[in-house]
Amino acid sequence: MTTTTASAPVTPDRRSLRRQNRLRRTTSGIIARAILIAVSLLFLVPLYWMVITALKSDEELALFPPTLLPESWNFSVFAETVNAFPFWTQLGNSVLVTVASTVLAVLSSYVVAYGFACIDWPGRDKVFYLVLATIFIPFPLAIIPMFDLFAGLGWVNTVLPLIAPNALGSAFYIFLLRQFLLQASTEAMDAARVDGAGEWRICWQVVFPTARGALIAVSIFAAVAAWNDFLGPLIYLQDPSVQTLAIGLQTFSTDTDTEFNQLMAASTLTVLPMVVLFIFFQRYFVRGLNVGGFR
Amino acid sequence: MTVTTPRPAPPVTAAASPVPPPRRGRRPFTAREKRNLRLGLLFISPWALGFLVLVAYPLVYSLVISLFNHTGFRTPTFIGLGNYSRLVQDPLVAVSASNTLFYAALAVPIGLVVAIVLALAMNRKVPEVGLYRTALYLPSLVPIFALSFIFVVFVNPNSGLLNQFLGLFGMPETNLLGDATSAKVIIVTMAQLGAGNAALIFLAGLNNIPESLYESARVDGAGTLRRFFSITLPLLSPTILFNLITGVSGALQVFTQAYIVTEGGPNNGTLFYMYHLYKSAFSYAQLGYASALAVVLFLAGMVLAVLIYVLSRRFVNYDVTG
Repeated sequence: MTTTTASAPVTPDRRSLRRQNRLRRTTSGIIARAILIAVSLLFLVPLYWMVITALKSDEELALFPPTLLPESWNFSVFAETVNAFPFWTQLGNSVLVTVASTVLAVLSSYVVAYGFACIDWPGRDKVFYLVLATIFIPFPLAIIPMFDLFAGLGWVNTVLPLIAPNALGSAFYIFLLRQFLLQASTEAMDAARVDGAGEWRICWQVVFPTARGALIAVSIFAAVAAWNDFLGPLIYLQDPSVQTLAIGLQTFSTDTDTEFNQLMAASTLTVLPMVVLFIFFQRYFVRGLNVGGFR
Repeated sequence: MTVTTPRPAPPVTAAASPVPPPRRGRRPFTAREKRNLRLGLLFISPWALGFLVLVAYPLVYSLVISLFNHTGFRTPTFIGLGNYSRLVQDPLVAVSASNTLFYAALAVPIGLVVAIVLALAMNRKVPEVGLYRTALYLPSLVPIFALSFIFVVFVNPNSGLLNQFLGLFGMPETNLLGDATSAKVIIVTMAQLGAGNAALIFLAGLNNIPESLYESARVDGAGTLRRFFSITLPLLSPTILFNLITGVSGALQVFTQAYIVTEGGPNNGTLFYMYHLYKSAFSYAQLGYASALAVVLFLAGMVLAVLIYVLSRRFVNYDVTG
């Protein structure tokens, strides 16, 4: 806007301009709201349909046209579903893979990011470009070599192939954490160095606590990725007792004569942990996307 | 994507120095630099090992094993370029490649437009924006396999909601998954539910554009469209490029939706390249042939990424920062 001195009389011209401005703001606000409401509803419809279908009785499912709300809320479907396939075992496997993958990926990526951000060594930035380049390497190329490698180690049909590679860091998480560490103040680090603290100790005792927000953001990304992985478990886990929910749901839906309500109940139970995670840590999600310094 | 470069690297050339020229034009490292180099390499060693095991080894192994008849049961036998000549003649490669390109050509541009529109709308900063952000991001958290099951139910001609909705517009009841093209369009539509993720990245980009630029443009009489094309789009271009490259790379790997919802059908209409690769490797135990497929996919992905990068250089603006 043009700057106005406080004492300047408001001319009719200026007033109409301001009114025009306000009008423009309101209309664009209305359009923005309309788009957001419409798309939000559209995005929630599949989730709504999942929950509603789960809660319908078998008879109601057969009705045409389908009812938009269950006539009777059949909550016992969750108990039936949990008993229809090895739900608890596979939930345990999913949790094990997710927690182990997340912890390993975050800690190893943090150490590597520290090496790229907090230690000034010759050639560092050139090597970092190599890290960035690997973000864009398509994953399918690694499927067969890694399968042969893990088969040789006797790891097929165990969760190890899904967990172990995370100990070697992940290019994208290294990138995110490095961006954060570069913005952090170096004063405490330099002071600790003057006091003669070793780099390893500075890494964990001085810098690690200050990186909490970024570490949580990356943990959430890693957890969601591990929980939602499908191709990895599909290739490596054949036995129902070692399978994760991703594959359990798949065999459950094809092996038995599964009713839609049970399939949707099982899906709801699988989706729920991620929804809860998101609701509790929403601000870290958003911050994580900002930390990346995308412009 | 911008990479923050920290402190400028110390000058390494010592050309004007009167002392005997150091080898390869570099002065030797100081003791501190040597120490830091050792420490730095030690800290990045997990990644270095990961690069060897997860990137370099697969690259070399794939290239080598693609020249073999490898089933995983017997010792692989060398067959030269046999897998590649088979690949060229395999009708399913042509079908799956064109299915994948069809998917990528629709899903990637639509995804970018949807994400940018949502980001612009959220940037209007209506008071209840947190509500929309939650609603729009939620489907991004739903695993693709679960979303696929939901769509199996959703699109079902008998009890699904979609047919009923289309019926409101006078569309006859049809099995949308029974036709090759509409099945692909359904999978493209499904992909849009993930737009919340990209929208939040674009929103972060929009927040970095200084408001003063818009103010002065307004004073100069630039209209809404002019401001969008002259300020917003150029300043958002690095983010668009990043999303475009990762989007294309992801689209080339589309697999799970087709595996669960359509099982590649009808009539191979949703047999995507990655699905063909998976089947070759794990249903038919043709690991050598599947490696040749993977090598071709890798090359195609790299060529596309570089092509997009080079072509975009004229349009992408890294200079004006917020």
